[in-house]
This record gives sequence, C-alpha cells and structure tokens, in this order.
Amino acid sequence: MGSVGAKEVPVLLSPEGLRIDGRKLDELRPIRMQVGALHNADGSAFVEWGANKVMAAVYGPREVHPRHLQQNNKAVIQCKYNMAAFAVDERKRPGLDRRSQEISKVIGEAFESVVFAEEYPRTSIDIYIEVLQANAGTRCAGLVAASLALADAGIPMVDLLPAVAVGKIAGKIALDLRKEEDNFGDADLPIALVPQSGRLVLIQMEGHMTEEELSRALELGVQGCREIYEKMKQALRERYATGPIGGST
Amino acid sequence: MYASVLGLLSERPPVVQVIPLSGRYIPKPADTVIGTVTDVQGTFWLLDIGAPRWAPLHMTGTPWQVDVGETERFLRVGDAVVVQIESLEATGRIGVTMNGEGLGKLDGGTIVQVSPARIPRVVGRNGSMIDTIRRLTGAEVVVGQNGRVWVGGSPDAIHRVSEVLRIIEENAQHSGLTDRVESYLRSTTPTDLKGPEEPPHEHAHRDAPPRVLGSAEPDEDAVAAEDEPPEPSEPSEPSEH
Repeated sequence: MGSVGAKEVPVLLSPEGLRIDGRKLDELRPIRMQVGALHNADGSAFVEWGANKVMAAVYGPREVHPRHLQQNNKAVIQCKYNMAAFAVDERKRPGLDRRSQEISKVIGEAFESVVFAEEYPRTSIDIYIEVLQANAGTRCAGLVAASLALADAGIPMVDLLPAVAVGKIAGKIALDLRKEEDNFGDADLPIALVPQSGRLVLIQMEGHMTEEELSRALELGVQGCREIYEKMKQALRERYATGPIGGST
Repeated sequence: MYASVLGLLSERPPVVQVIPLSGRYIPKPADTVIGTVTDVQGTFWLLDIGAPRWAPLHMTGTPWQVDVGETERFLRVGDAVVVQIESLEATGRIGVTMNGEGLGKLDGGTIVQVSPARIPRVVGRNGSMIDTIRRLTGAEVVVGQNGRVWVGGSPDAIHRVSEVLRIIEENAQHSGLTDRVESYLRSTTPTDLKGPEEPPHEHAHRDAPPRVLGSAEPDEDAVAAEDEPPEPSEPSEPSEH
C-alpha cells in the first residue's frame, strides 16, 4: 500500500518501546463504529479505525444476479471490496484490481463460514465494502464493518467476526499496524476470529516470522480481536437502544 | 447457547425466544402483502414483496380470465398489487394469490415502506391506529404485512399519512402512540403542511409574503394512555453471544 522506496525509513520503535503514534506494542488504534449509517441498504455500518474510514452495506437475502450463480441449497454470499481513488496519498486507479479481488474473495469466504446460508436457498447476500480512506488494515476494518452490517441486516450468523492485523516491526511483534509500520515493517498478519469457538476464519501473511514469533503474533491477534468484539457488540447496542429501525439517521 | 440474529431476548418460561429487530420480511401463510411486478412471463408474473425471493403470481390466481401469453395486458412491470401468501415451499418458493376480499391491483397512490417489524404499531390494537389515520386524513390506506403501506387520495392526504407513518416508525417503542398521532393530525390541517421537504431558497421571491407554517409538532402533552403494550425500549441482551 502506498509508495515505499525513496522515503527514509522512519524509527518504528522508540527506545522506550513506544511506536510512531505513541502506542504500546499491544495497543489498538482508536476505533469508532456506527451501525445503520445508510438508509437504503438492508444493513450498514461505518467504521473509523485509526485513519481508516470504511463503509459497508449489506443487501439481501435477495434474488441472485446473475442467475447462474444461484445455489439450490443455500444462499450465495457475494462480497465486493473496493477502495476509492482518493483513499490513498497517490491517486489509486479506480475499479477492480488484483488486490481488491483477492480481498473480496477472502472476506466473502470468511463470512461463508459464519452465516447460516442454508436458511435462504436460491438467494444472494450481497456485501459491499467501500474504503474511503486507507491507512493499513483496511481488510480488517472492512470485515468488521461488514460483520456489523450483516447483523444490522438481521442475517443469522454463528457470531460476529472481529478482525485485526498483527505484524512485526523493528524485530518486535506488534498489534494493529498503521501505514508506516506496514510499509517499513518486517511482517503483516491479518486475522479474523470467531470469538465463540476461537476459530480463525481468515489468516494471511506477508513477510517473515519465526515459529515463536508467529505463535506470539496469533496470541496477540486473538486478544486484539476479543477487544474489538466487545466494541462491536457495544456499537450494535447503541444502534438499537433508542434508535428506530430504518428511521432517519 | 447463542442468538443467531440481532434481537430482543424474551423469556417467558418455558419459552425463550429472540425477537428480531431487523431483517427482511419473512413470508407467513395468509399474510396480506403489497408487491410490485418485476417480471412478466407467459402464464405468471413475478412479484417483489420485499421477501428474500420473488413470488410468482400465476394467472389462475387472479380474478381475471387471462389467456396464456396475454398476461401483460393485465399487469405490467412496475404495477402494484395486493396479494395473499398462499403457500411456502421448502425450496423457498412463495406462492401468492389475488383471489380474495381486498386483494387486487392498486391504481395510483403511493407506497410507503416501513419496517415489517413496525406493522403491528401501524395497525394498532383492533385496527385503532389505522382507523384513526383513515378517519382524520380521508386517505385510502392498505397495509401489507411486508411493511409496505399503500396510500391513495389527494396529495395532501398522502403526505400527511406518510408523515404519520414516519412518526409511528420513529416512536414505535413509546406508549400512547394512537393519541399522539390523533393530536398530530388534529393540529395540522392540510393547508398547514409545508409540503415535501424543500431547502429554503434565500433569494427566491423576495417580494412574496413570508410563508406561515402551522405547528407540525405533535402535542407533547398527549396523555400516554396504554392503548397497546409498548415495545421494550432497550435490547435486554446483545445479539450474538
């Protein structure tokens, strides 16, 4: 993400063990979640996570388009992740690219393992994730937003799906990388957790880690996911505590 | 044990259930629903009733004498109809019929979408709410269990009804809603209404006299007579646990 290269490598970890933005190694960036941000979707959510801004909308279960994708025994889950042209410093060429296709695929598959798709045969559940501003960890922010949007759309699921990226910066395992840490760090490991069962439904890695580092990273990631899980439940409670269903936002 | 959907926990031993707070309309047999035609085939029409699937309305399920291939003479894409859910199949197919009292094609008017979960409030106990709305606005109102409300009549009446529906939806968890709606409708006569939300034009019609707007606010002192048990205002338990 962004341009590596000419730029000078920043000091990722201070002698006191603090990161660029003053966080400790196991600390998340500030997160704000708003459920039901869009009117015309069946469910929606907006997530601000550090400098990331991600909007998610869910439609369905509804008729499948194109028809040939229809499955007779369950709903198909179609996920589309897209990054806006203005989401990064250098204008991103708009539209589908390899990266967004990959992310759409892994997020869609993560949800296939938690959504009770058998309850709605021959239908489609469509998830749209739009990244408005990016600062590393957008697939995790997108997953969290989409998960809230699915809950808001009343779609039956095993659990919500919190997600977070763990990484290695200056030789140390750190939770929730920001852009500089992602660009100049040694490794990046996004995960998504089913908190109830402790199962991981998304795990990818870029860079290198030793076996011990990997287990430490997974441990830290699961801990981060549990923290995010609590925030997600809180966001859903806030939405329905006073607010109306489908009312003006 | 956990809930699979976002909802309110209701514990009435021996029954424990989760009442969903959101979600699409899930069809139930004998429900009266409002649909729009999305596709026309030789012997049937496909209706969007807001459910997960489109519902086929077969030509024999209508009060008309329809010949094969003549379906489009009766209903075209975009037309609105009132139908009843007749059958639900394991495949998810929803069978509907137009044979029955109060069923048929809807001409003119407007369809207002409210959450299907709010329909009981729109109707009120024994239809008290809907009767009040009809009486005080003079509008024709057809309520579909799928959350669609068809309103016919003068533009003023239609506007007032959609305003009222919005109030009901936003305040569904409060008690005394029928009284509140009644006082709202009594405090606004058709001419008082400001029309569909328009942004103020700063430079337009400088010599035109200022427009007097009637009080569009509902009476705050409306007595909260328990006409219906209010919905719990707070989710007792979070959704996914």
